[in-house]
Amino acid sequence: MIDKERGLWIYNKMNEIRDFEETAWTLFTENKLRGSVHLYTGEEAVAASVCSQLTNEDYIASTHRGHGHCIAKGAELDKALAELMGKATGYCKGRSGSMHIADFSKGNLGANAIVGGGIPIATGGGLAIKMQGKPNVSVAFFGDGASNQGTFHESINLAAVWKLPVIYICENNQFGMTVPVEQSTSVKNISDRAAGYGIVGETVDGNDVEAVYEAFARAKKRAVAGEGPTLLECKTYRWRGHWTGDPEVYRSREDVEWWKENKDPIKLFRAYLLKKKLATKKELDEIEAAAADKMAKAVNFAENSPEPDPAHVLDDVFCEG
Amino acid sequence: MAKLTYAQAIRQVIEQEMKRDDKVFVMGEDVEKLGGVFGTTRDLYKEFGTDRIRNTPISESAIVGTALGAACAGMRPIAELMYWDFAFVCADQIFNQMAKTRYVFGGNAKIPMVLRSQQGTGRGNAATHSQSLESIFMHIPGLKVVCPATPADAAGLLRTAIRDDNPVCFFEHKALYITKGEVPDDPEFMIPFGKADIKREGTDVTLVTNLLYVNRCLEAAEELAKEGISVEVIDPRTLVPFDYDTVAASVKKTGRLVVVHEAHKNNGWGAQVITEITNRDFRDLDAAPIHLGAKACPLPFNPGLEAAVIPSIKEIVDACKATMYR
Repeated sequence: MIDKERGLWIYNKMNEIRDFEETAWTLFTENKLRGSVHLYTGEEAVAASVCSQLTNEDYIASTHRGHGHCIAKGAELDKALAELMGKATGYCKGRSGSMHIADFSKGNLGANAIVGGGIPIATGGGLAIKMQGKPNVSVAFFGDGASNQGTFHESINLAAVWKLPVIYICENNQFGMTVPVEQSTSVKNISDRAAGYGIVGETVDGNDVEAVYEAFARAKKRAVAGEGPTLLECKTYRWRGHWTGDPEVYRSREDVEWWKENKDPIKLFRAYLLKKKLATKKELDEIEAAAADKMAKAVNFAENSPEPDPAHVLDDVFCEG
Repeated sequence: MAKLTYAQAIRQVIEQEMKRDDKVFVMGEDVEKLGGVFGTTRDLYKEFGTDRIRNTPISESAIVGTALGAACAGMRPIAELMYWDFAFVCADQIFNQMAKTRYVFGGNAKIPMVLRSQQGTGRGNAATHSQSLESIFMHIPGLKVVCPATPADAAGLLRTAIRDDNPVCFFEHKALYITKGEVPDDPEFMIPFGKADIKREGTDVTLVTNLLYVNRCLEAAEELAKEGISVEVIDPRTLVPFDYDTVAASVKKTGRLVVVHEAHKNNGWGAQVITEITNRDFRDLDAAPIHLGAKACPLPFNPGLEAAVIPSIKEIVDACKATMYR
């Protein structure tokens, strides 16, 4: 059950993510961001609902579309944006840009620029939790495209055999880059594949905070009880293209507009909170304003941050001492 | 000191390190009851249980990636691939993930993991189970590359690898497992990385080599001694970091350099050594350095064919003589 405190937390994170992504879009169009930038706009319900149930001792591994997961797992907007701009003050000292944000102190084992690359790493987080006897979980976020990678099969099978406390969250945003999921994937629901590993699989509306929240709570309960992994598919939709320069030849404007109009997860969750009397309009307006303010400060911080010093480019290849 | 095989030396260090630190564990294919194909974890499951001597599915990407994730989350895994050739099955997890995680995340991550496997010719395993691949790992920044040639080196280097906070790729050679040598009993016996070992002192030719070819170069040196040529045989022991100083000091003395490895000659690590030494000390050289390695051909099954692809002792002898203009 989502209580008031949890509901406001989620609403805040969703707004922070939305503001961050749309700001990144604007900065990209202004030539202030470069490189590969994959935006999470429209998928905010998944990261926020899942991470609202995690602590710093729980792990996540994320994807190339990872800003949302990182922010929901505790990344600060200013250091995250500074990393997108390649600044010295960024999470990775400007070395990594959009696709490799990590904050190990928050249990974030990192975004990952290789499709499916983070799935075994999250599995290893689960192995460490189990071997250390901790009551935590590890979450692998990945997309529909990654569900066709070998790492998906290898990791879930291994986690199922070892009964690891890992929750595999497939964010099915309906396209692997430009390819519609039905053209690349043999099953209607990716969670159907759970049966092949003898684990629980579930598909939920990924734009519905309550549905994601409750399904993840069930998965987490099983994981902590030693019952092993779950494959949770969250069906959602990305508002932006695969990357910031995507000509989007594979879908119509009308489709995108339909999702924005009818399935905006923030709008839907706002209505939910008001209907359930978990928040007042004033409270939600204040959260939105605070997120916007934080974002404006993050832009200011990132734009005014120094470039990294090339004298240190070779640092940290290895851990010394 | 005890006389141990190379395999026993490795097993002893794993056992001692697992006793010392409960974060150390082993995961890989057939490591439990079989103890690995070469017995390097034999019966350790009886002592440590199957939680810490962990049989995995035949899923190389999951083995490496799960070990990497566990290392990021506070464990010290020793992950085992059955053959280094299988590294290509999980290349992304090794070269894009394990090697780069620390750097791309701004130096925030420690990756205390060892990836062990064995390689090389000698057992008729043919093209996809006989390659020598260490040069490829040397090419990608972020991996330490270790190649022990003797039981004592295997023991001292493996302990250093397990205690290192970086990803270490540990290259064993399948034909060396049954070789014997004195190994210190000291459970603190460690050999630092980046410290070459002079396996035989000499004054005329510097011969740099690793793994199985250390023994073959020592044989070649013995033959050359009969002809009055004194060969210094140097085993770098680790390719990353590489002890160029020891090689350069030797070349200063001998004026002649031959590098031999079982790895393919094309872009093999010997080319790197020759470039570095030539650039550093060109005036010390009295002859053009020579590089020997496996020919540009997949490794064949038939023993005669296999032998024709990798450097022979005669080729090593001839190369050393050529640097002497003999």
